[in-house]
This record gives sequence, structure tokens and C-alpha cells, in this order.
Amino acid sequence: MSETLSPNIVKARSGLAKRLTGSDAIIIYILVAVIIVSMISVKFFASTLTVGFLSIQVIPILLIAMPMALVIISGEIDLSVASIAGLTSAVMGVLWRDSGWDIGIVILVSVLVGVVCGVFNGFLITTLGLPSLAVTIGTLALYRGLALVVIGDQKVANFPKELNTFVLSKIGATGIPVVMIFVVIIIAFFAVLLHFTPFGRGLYALGFSKEAATFVGIRVGQAKFWLFVGTGVVSSIVGVFLTLRLASAGPDNGTGMELSVIAAVLLGGVSIFGGKGSIPGVVGGVLLIGVLTYSLRLAKVPETALIIVTGSLLVLSVVAPSIVSWARERLRLARVHRVVQQTSSSGSPHA
Amino acid sequence: MELFSRKSRGGRRAATVAAVAVSVALLATGCAAGGSTDGGTDSAGGGGDNTMAFLPKQLNNPYTDVVLGGGEDGAKEAGFTSQVLGPLEASASAQIPFIEQATQEGSKVIVIAANDPDAVGPSLQTAREAGAKIVAFDSDTNPDYRDIFISQVVAKDVALIQLEIISEQIGGAGDIAILSATATATNQNEWIKYMEEELASNPDYKDIKLVAKVYGDDDADKSFQETQGLLSSYPDLKGIISPTTVGIAAAAKYLSTSDYKGKVALTGLGLPNEMREFVKDGTVKEFALWDPAQLGYVAAFAGKALVDGTITGAEGDTFDAGDLGEITVGEGGVAIVGPPTRFNADNIDDYDF
Repeated sequence: MSETLSPNIVKARSGLAKRLTGSDAIIIYILVAVIIVSMISVKFFASTLTVGFLSIQVIPILLIAMPMALVIISGEIDLSVASIAGLTSAVMGVLWRDSGWDIGIVILVSVLVGVVCGVFNGFLITTLGLPSLAVTIGTLALYRGLALVVIGDQKVANFPKELNTFVLSKIGATGIPVVMIFVVIIIAFFAVLLHFTPFGRGLYALGFSKEAATFVGIRVGQAKFWLFVGTGVVSSIVGVFLTLRLASAGPDNGTGMELSVIAAVLLGGVSIFGGKGSIPGVVGGVLLIGVLTYSLRLAKVPETALIIVTGSLLVLSVVAPSIVSWARERLRLARVHRVVQQTSSSGSPHA
Repeated sequence: MELFSRKSRGGRRAATVAAVAVSVALLATGCAAGGSTDGGTDSAGGGGDNTMAFLPKQLNNPYTDVVLGGGEDGAKEAGFTSQVLGPLEASASAQIPFIEQATQEGSKVIVIAANDPDAVGPSLQTAREAGAKIVAFDSDTNPDYRDIFISQVVAKDVALIQLEIISEQIGGAGDIAILSATATATNQNEWIKYMEEELASNPDYKDIKLVAKVYGDDDADKSFQETQGLLSSYPDLKGIISPTTVGIAAAAKYLSTSDYKGKVALTGLGLPNEMREFVKDGTVKEFALWDPAQLGYVAAFAGKALVDGTITGAEGDTFDAGDLGEITVGEGGVAIVGPPTRFNADNIDDYDF
């Protein structure tokens, strides 16, 4: 009796208390703690320069982490994101050099690259039913290869100066880059999509069980297809951003970024098995890795040791929930055991 | 009811313990990091606010380590405290966070070997606006983004020194051959072109005849076989020039075990560590290469001159480079470190690269 009741009651008292002790809240507490410790103990950290440099550094990862969180929550993965960004950069460079179009049109066409790449991923995964891990490992290499074919080992660097300066410009004296406004809009879009629409809530069901999701009326194939188009488009936007930020289009832009994105998403409390995670947690995860790396570099921690720190953090973030649930299960079993003993000892005389 | 509240308390306790553990770990790393910063500040105290940041293409590269060693010596002599900041992989954008870090720390000079001449541009621009002087070395950035570029050597000097050495060793007369890298190698072909021009025009070399050019493709085995082939097809060969480190080492290896040892002269561009045994056993008398440490050394002094305002990086500016004397800035803000260094039995043990 007690066993069947307990989940309902736990859920009933969730609300605010749960939100304040949940895993995404913990990430944000840790983030705040790291920021405070850094401001006190790391020389040069407490400055508006930090805000500017740090924001520009995390923007690419922050942006791709949004659709990536949705993809992983629905139980899939997309490893081709960094290659899509590279291919976009290459296409943008060649178009700007050879087509003579206006930069606005060049950027629009470049973002279409992401749509096409995403559609191709989505087609292979949903229509042909192939596993996303295998498909996107393939397209990771394929898109990067195409980038090399498109632009070769060349670089295109003569983009309009105004656009380069715009990308790096700050809002007044705050040090916050102007492009951050745009980033916040994208974050808000994905937060609303995941947490406040039937489509988004359906993704959790999808991550738990594909069959169950189909039964409750979620169009599994269609949902997944659009998720991959989503990662494609956002990766392309990041490709454009990187190109303008570096003032240089090349085939190697964004190399290796897919792993940083996935690491940050997992650190933000998204389960690699799907069905669990939230946008605030992911934003916290991205910022935590970004701030920690930035602060440790300023504190003169050698680059080699730095990888160890971020790596351990990631392992910890994956292991910690398992330890917590293991501990919970132990406590629950012990209690059930005790209750059973109590009821049997107190119940027997009456019977 | 009591049962349920106890249960949730237990769960929350576990979560709290985990959270506290993570925070403690992070605070510990934060504090440790803070401690090392203090250490850094102490040592910086001696040099005042004169800080110089070296940004190599990537860390943990043996050649780069020699360049940076020279840079740190130069910075010290010039009265600067220096630090090395760099990525573990040599990708275009990987250097940017380090340029930003140097900017934030208020480095007076940023000495950079650019992985991509343009991608580092916007960040260097920001650093300049914050007051830093930019010295490019080893690999140039777009000239818009730096004050001066320190280049190792002039191609023509590299070609001529090898001819000089071979001419000294064969007594200014006889047949010579060249063992190069690949047939399309840009550097080697440029040097060979200068050598051929010099042989044709300089009366000192009128008795020297270039009889063959062979290509070992910078592959040790192929270079070894090409050397063997050269010596059997040209029995009168007096000397071999190999303007590539792989080629000269392979040729020396062949000569050292053959009858030609000490009879056929060998020179070219070699690494002291690879050539040491062949110089010691008499196979090779003398060879050349630039000393990478000098590159860093001169870059440090160029940074000092820029900060002091004695130069702006314009053509014709001259600055003092410590032990290496005075250096003049050439066209396009490029300064050349100097002629290549000759390595022989007397000095080879002074070098480790």
C-alpha cells in the first residue's frame, strides 16, 4: 500500500522545492560558486573584459547545445554539428569570393547548407531507420570532407569589416556582446519548445520509450526529422558566426566542437539515455565549463591539467546522479524492510 | 505519513551530500589555482609591469620549445617577465582564447606564431586597442594586425652558406651533387635555384660543377638509396649538398659505413642532435642551419624596442638585440634574425635541438 502511494505523494510535493534541489539547480549553484571563488581568488577575473571574451568564447557551444539537448533528450545524438558549421563556413567563403552577391544573401544561402545537411541526416535516420550514432559519425566525416572539396586548403578573409566589428561589438559598457541578444532569443525559443509545447513534452516520452510514445500519439519519425533539421540550422548559424568572428572562412572552422557541445549538455543534467534534462540545466552546464576553463587559464593552470579538470567534472556529472539514485534506492529498501518488519510484528498480535 | 516524509528527507540528504562534495572539490581547485596565481605575482614583482606573452602555434613541440627557450632568455635580458600561452592543437581558432587572456592580463607585448594569418586578426586588434604591441615570429600574421615580423633567415643566405661550406671542403674544384627533398618542395627548389645562379655567376666557384640533382622525398630509406646511386654513377664526385634535414642524415648514415667516408664531402641543412655522431666520427665536417633560439631571442628584443617607442616597425628602423647586435627592419616590417649558423665539431655540443 505504502509502495504504491509514495510516488504520487513525492510528485505532489515537487513544485518549488523540487526545482530548488533538482539537478539543474545544483549545476547553477555550482556555477555561481565557481564565479564567486574566481572573482575573489583569480587575478584579472573580476572585469567586464571577462564578460565579453567569455561570452564570445561560449556562444558557439551554447547555441548548438540547445537543439543538441532536444536531440539527446529524445534518445538520439548528432555528431555532425561541428562539420556542418565547417561546411557552412567553407560555402560562405567561396560564395563571398566568387559569386559577387550581397553578404546578406551569402549568409542566407549558407544557412540553407545547414537545412540540407539536417534534412539528409533526418532522412537517413527516420526514413531509412538507421541509428543516429552511426549516421552522424558518417556525416561528421562526410560534411568535413565536402568542406575541403568546396574551399580546398584556401582561406577567404576579406569579409566586410563592419560585420566583423559588429560580431565583436558590446552593449554599452557592460562588456556583453550585442550578438548575445540573438543568442538569448534562440535559447528562449528552445526552452519554450521543450518545456511548454506538446511537441517538446513528447520528446521526453520519446526518450523513455519509442513504442510508448507511438501509442500515446506522438509522430516519432516526424519529430526526430525536425530535430535533426534543427541541429543542422543552428550549426550553420554557428558556422556563419565563427566565420565572421574569425574574419576567416576555412574548412577547419569548428573542428572538434561536437564533443565540447555534448560534454556540456551532459554536464547540464541531460541523460545520455534520453528522457531527462532541461534547457536551464544545459545553459548552466555550458557556462560552467566555459567559466571554469576561463578562470583556470587565468589562474595559470597548465593546459594539460585543464583537460583533466574538465574531464573529471564530466565523469563526475555522469556518475553523481547514479550514485544519488543508488543511495536513494538503498535508503528506500532499508525503510521498506523496517516497515515490513514493524507491520508484521505489530500486526500479528491483532490477527 | 511520517514514513513518507522520512523517505524524502533521506533522498534530499543524499543530493545535498553530492552537491557539497562537488562544491568542495571545485573550491579546492579554485583555491589551489588562486595560490599559484599569487606565486606568479611574486615572481612578476621583480620585472614590474613589463610582461610579455609568447604564443607558439602549439605547445609540446620540440622545435617550438627551443624557439621559446630563446624567447624567455631574451625577455629576461630585455627586462620583461614572460609567460608562454598556447593551445595543445595547432588549429586556426585555438590561439584566440590565449590572445584574449594576454589582453586581459595587460601584457605589454604579444609575441605570436600565427596558425592562421587572418583568424587571429580581430583578437590581435582588440589586444592592440588595449595597448599591447604585437610581434609576429616564425609564421606571419596579416601585416595589418602586427607591428613587426621576425623572420628566421633569408632564403638566399641559406643557399649561399651551403655552397661556401662545400667549396671550402673540396678545395674550390670538382663535381658536386644535390640530394634534395621532393621535386616540388618550395623551399628546397628556391635554395637550389639560388645555388645554380651563384655557381654560374661567382668566379670563386668556376671550377665547381653541379653534375646531378636527385630527390630523396624526405624519406630516410629513399634518400639512403639515392646517395648510394649517386656515388656509384659518379665515381669522381667530390661532394654532396643535402638541403634537407632528412636527406643529410640519411646520406651521412650511408657514407659513415662506406669506403667514401672522409673522401666525399657532405654538407647541407641538418639538426645538431641528428648529426652529432656523424660530426664526431668524421663523416661530416660542417653543416648549417638556423638556430631557432635566436628567433625567440630577437622577437623579445623587438618587443622591448616597440614598447620603449624606439621603433615603430617601419622600414629602416634599427633595434638592439642583445648578444646578436643591431638588427634592421626591412621592407613590410620584416626583420631578419641573421645568417644561418654553422655547426662543426667545435660547437655542436652547445646545441640541443
